[in-house]
Amino acid sequence: MNIVCCIKQVPDTATVIKIDPEEKHIQREGITYIVSPYDEFAVEEALQIKEKLGDTTVTVVTMGPERAKEALRQCFAMGADEGYHLVDDAFDDSDTYATATTLAAAIKKIDFDLIICGKHAVDGDTSQVGAQVAELLDIPQVSMIMKEEINDDKKTAVVNRQLEGGEEVLEVQLPSLWTCQKGLNEPRYPTLKGIMGTKKKPITDFTVSDLGLSPEEVGLLGSKTDVSKMYPPPPRLPGRIVEGEPEEAVKELAKLLREEAKVI
Amino acid sequence: MAEGILIYAEQREGKLRKAAFESLSEASRLAEKTGGGVSALLIGKDVDGLAPQLGPYGAGKVFVAQADHLEKYTTEGHTAVFADLIKQIDPSIVLIGGSTQGRDLAPRVAMRTGGGLAADCIDLEISDGNKMVCRRPAYAGKAHCEVVFRDGVSPQMATLRPNVFLVVEPDASKTAEVEQFQVNITPDQIRVKPIEMQVKGGERVDLTEAEIIVSGGRGMKGPENFAMLEELADVLGGNCAVGASRAAVDAGWREQRFQVGQTGKVVTPNLYIACGISGAIQHLAGMGSSKVIVAVNKDPDANIFKVADYGITEDLFKIVPLLKEELKKLLSE
Ligand SMILES: Cc1cc2nc3c(=O)[nH]c(=O)nc-3n(C[C@H](O)[C@H](O)[C@H](O)COP(=O)(O)OP(=O)(O)OC[C@H]3O[C@@H](n4cnc5c(N)ncnc54)[C@H](O)[C@@H]3O)c2cc1C
Ligand SMILES: Nc1ncnc2c1ncn2[C@@H]1O[C@H](COP(=O)(O)O)[C@@H](O)[C@H]1O
Repeated sequence: MNIVCCIKQVPDTATVIKIDPEEKHIQREGITYIVSPYDEFAVEEALQIKEKLGDTTVTVVTMGPERAKEALRQCFAMGADEGYHLVDDAFDDSDTYATATTLAAAIKKIDFDLIICGKHAVDGDTSQVGAQVAELLDIPQVSMIMKEEINDDKKTAVVNRQLEGGEEVLEVQLPSLWTCQKGLNEPRYPTLKGIMGTKKKPITDFTVSDLGLSPEEVGLLGSKTDVSKMYPPPPRLPGRIVEGEPEEAVKELAKLLREEAKVI
Repeated sequence: MAEGILIYAEQREGKLRKAAFESLSEASRLAEKTGGGVSALLIGKDVDGLAPQLGPYGAGKVFVAQADHLEKYTTEGHTAVFADLIKQIDPSIVLIGGSTQGRDLAPRVAMRTGGGLAADCIDLEISDGNKMVCRRPAYAGKAHCEVVFRDGVSPQMATLRPNVFLVVEPDASKTAEVEQFQVNITPDQIRVKPIEMQVKGGERVDLTEAEIIVSGGRGMKGPENFAMLEELADVLGGNCAVGASRAAVDAGWREQRFQVGQTGKVVTPNLYIACGISGAIQHLAGMGSSKVIVAVNKDPDANIFKVADYGITEDLFKIVPLLKEELKKLLSE
């Protein structure tokens, strides 16, 4: 089997986000980057499938600036076999439509039976790219998987996905695209051997022209939407500590919730 | 010229979901500025009966697409119908509730129709006649942004964060015209087969739909103590759910589906009561836009107090049982 994982490099979740003076992007200085946590679930699941089925290649694909190579190497250290880096200034300011267009063009050049993505990337938080890639490749998608089992014929799989109030069990044809929810697995830590091996694993760069796309189809030009402004979230007004002995404090709190906040 | 607003009337097992009413209410508000009609799309099997419920919330017209193979939601089935309708009626705006189903469906429909899509919006506005401006959180709520559609892009689509958009008072005098919409997709074109729903903890609402959430963290000390939070939730009624921090989930005290935060669920209840939760940045990412936040934590320096509207710096094992009794009394008055 050939499994392609789409992974994205994002700011560490502990990062304090500051907005740049242009109010269009976040400030890049001082940020440490990680592989988006949900994408680690994707790589982990691909590796577990490989361990189970044997004879499987796990390919990681990312679109991003030069530094995103580091994210591919982190996936190599976990055990992924090869990487593709979609890197070109023309890709800047892509929305999900343009991102999916670029990723799908790259994936078409790679033989695949299964694509695994994260549920969402923890920067834009859109949850859109996976489904849009699936649409462009004309394959079915299953969002927010919690469990999967590829059937012996390797043409179908049984997958659980999370829904409000429970899980839905589905049978899906392969090739298909799945997005991962937390709870699916526990991503492994890279081993020393894994880290040592990363240098030997191949990374292929793709630019716009390598993908056979025109500059109008990618980046901001190829996007349907544009972030016109970025700003800090509205501040929460300073709250109040309800003082007093437990009995009194609780009475006061209940009263405030009913009469001031009007939430109960 | 694209005109009018189309909403997706999500239903499950023959019942319209709150997401449908939230989208419809917002569409009616926007339509005051854009002009043009508001229509709704209802997909399923034998769902005619639901259509009349949509008129009083502002739908002028309801398109009903029915077939045996549309009984259960599938991405491909609903995408095909939705995209066909968009091509036929050419709406300028399409709104979809940001439920699990809506977030699965919307990107696929947007890609197929060439529409632009803003995810998980918390505020929408109209400028220059019929251009939609969408406000939404990014970076787990650490930044907010305005998303606009590039010139000539149609339709302008948005998914709406659950529990944020107010549902209008229904006006019983308003009725919707109902039109059957032809289903072109055939069963063999749907490459996913729903097998079963495994309902879990059915009696409480899902965290993303709850109006009140009582949530526990490492300070709860062990799984058995969550019973205390369950009892508090019982007092608070049917729209209350019990959440947890990642620390509580990782310790195995609660199932993963109850985790609130950046790698859990993003929730926007009217009231969030955090018990024994320190308020790590990743936790705040999931609940920081709750309307009212209460924190019970014995450490006065805990980060959670920076976002809490009301805080009590005390042992939660004293406070929670007292709070339960007090609220029980108050709510029975
Ligand atoms: C990639 C990534 C993603 C993450 N995603 C999430 C996420 O989605 N959700 C999430 O919650 N976290 C997430 N985290 C973890 C987060 O950083 C914190 O570790 C976690 O939120 C801490 O949980 P806690 O507040 O329950 O525990 P602690 O930080 O240990 O806090 C426990 C609190 O309880 C108080 N306390 C103890 N005993 C009592 C008592 N008897 N009475 C009153 N108060 C008491 C203590 O004073 C303390 O403030 C993530 C981390 C990473 C790196
Ligand atoms: N630039 C990118 N490169 C590779 N994969 C991506 C990229 N952007 C998004 N993805 C994939 O799509 C998923 C959803 O991302 P998003 O729609 O941005 O929330 C991520 O978890 C990744 O698997």
